[in-house]
Amino acid sequence: MPNTIDALAAQTARDDVPEFRAGDTLKVHVRVVEGNRSRIQLFQGVCIRLQGSGIGRTFTVRKISFGVGVERTFPLHTPIIDRIELVTRGDVRRAKLYYLRNLRGKAAKIKEKRETSPGA
Amino acid sequence: MSARSERNVRGLLGTKLGMTQTWDASNHVVPVTVIAAGTNVVTQIRKPETDGYTAVQIGFGEIEARKVTKPKAGHFERAGVTPRRHLVEIRTSDVSAYELGQELNPADVFTVGELVDVTGTSKGKGFAGVMKRHGFSGVGASHGAHRNHRKPGSIGACATPARVFKGVRMAGRMGTDRVTTQNLTVHAVDEERGLILIKGAVPGPKGGLVVIRSGAKVLAGNQ
Repeated sequence: MPNTIDALAAQTARDDVPEFRAGDTLKVHVRVVEGNRSRIQLFQGVCIRLQGSGIGRTFTVRKISFGVGVERTFPLHTPIIDRIELVTRGDVRRAKLYYLRNLRGKAAKIKEKRETSPGA
Repeated sequence: MSARSERNVRGLLGTKLGMTQTWDASNHVVPVTVIAAGTNVVTQIRKPETDGYTAVQIGFGEIEARKVTKPKAGHFERAGVTPRRHLVEIRTSDVSAYELGQELNPADVFTVGELVDVTGTSKGKGFAGVMKRHGFSGVGASHGAHRNHRKPGSIGACATPARVFKGVRMAGRMGTDRVTTQNLTVHAVDEERGLILIKGAVPGPKGGLVVIRSGAKVLAGNQ
């Protein structure tokens, strides 16, 4: 019986979401509707959390806007997202990067992950 | 009470499959309960001449033929349908649209956006205390409260009446009650798979039997 639910969720799920994890820098292209006009707004920042599973999975992006920390949580499969762009992969040891909230400036910078593919 | 039977109620039986979420036209998240309500059949039509009231009896759910009692088997045979596990009567004013053995399709019965009432058997909570069962406030966490944090407190006066009144709310078995949630919106009807998606939660566990009826408050407002 849960298969029916999964099948139902699969109908609304997006398949264009890139694989990313906490610490990665993302560009989220958000559709904003103003009146009857729709435009695309960019929200770029560090993914500090991925939470939930299946169709209810959400992720949180944190950025510093005019010196103020701004966090925005999106459902991973929401139709308001035009697309998600993966900018850089971060080298972090935690799944939830709440410690970034207490850091600012250079300390809040996340090291970029160096590719360690067996061929290289 | 006579007014109630004059309402044109439509109803279906179904199995609660569980909850998920989806998005509406304005891209807002909608929490939905998925109910499998395919293969409902009309097994009997109650008429004033024979029964003194009007209602439609519907059957739902698979059952092995050998598990059906002989009287029930005869009842289903008369309707010309294979035996079903559950039977329920829906009191309604207009039975002319129904005929014996007719299959009810969820898409024909309920329209998207309609308000419905859903009846189910709530999950059993076992022996529950007064705080959980009746929403009592309990006793303070500190200020000298001694081992009575979740107790009910007083259950009545002293020498008069010198007894506890009947019906005083106390701890006991909670849940497994017939519960109706009113005014839930039908979010979508999946005709192909016989599913009804209802916005919000519905009483009972996954796999539980639920009755979906046209909203009583909507029908009362129409009159």
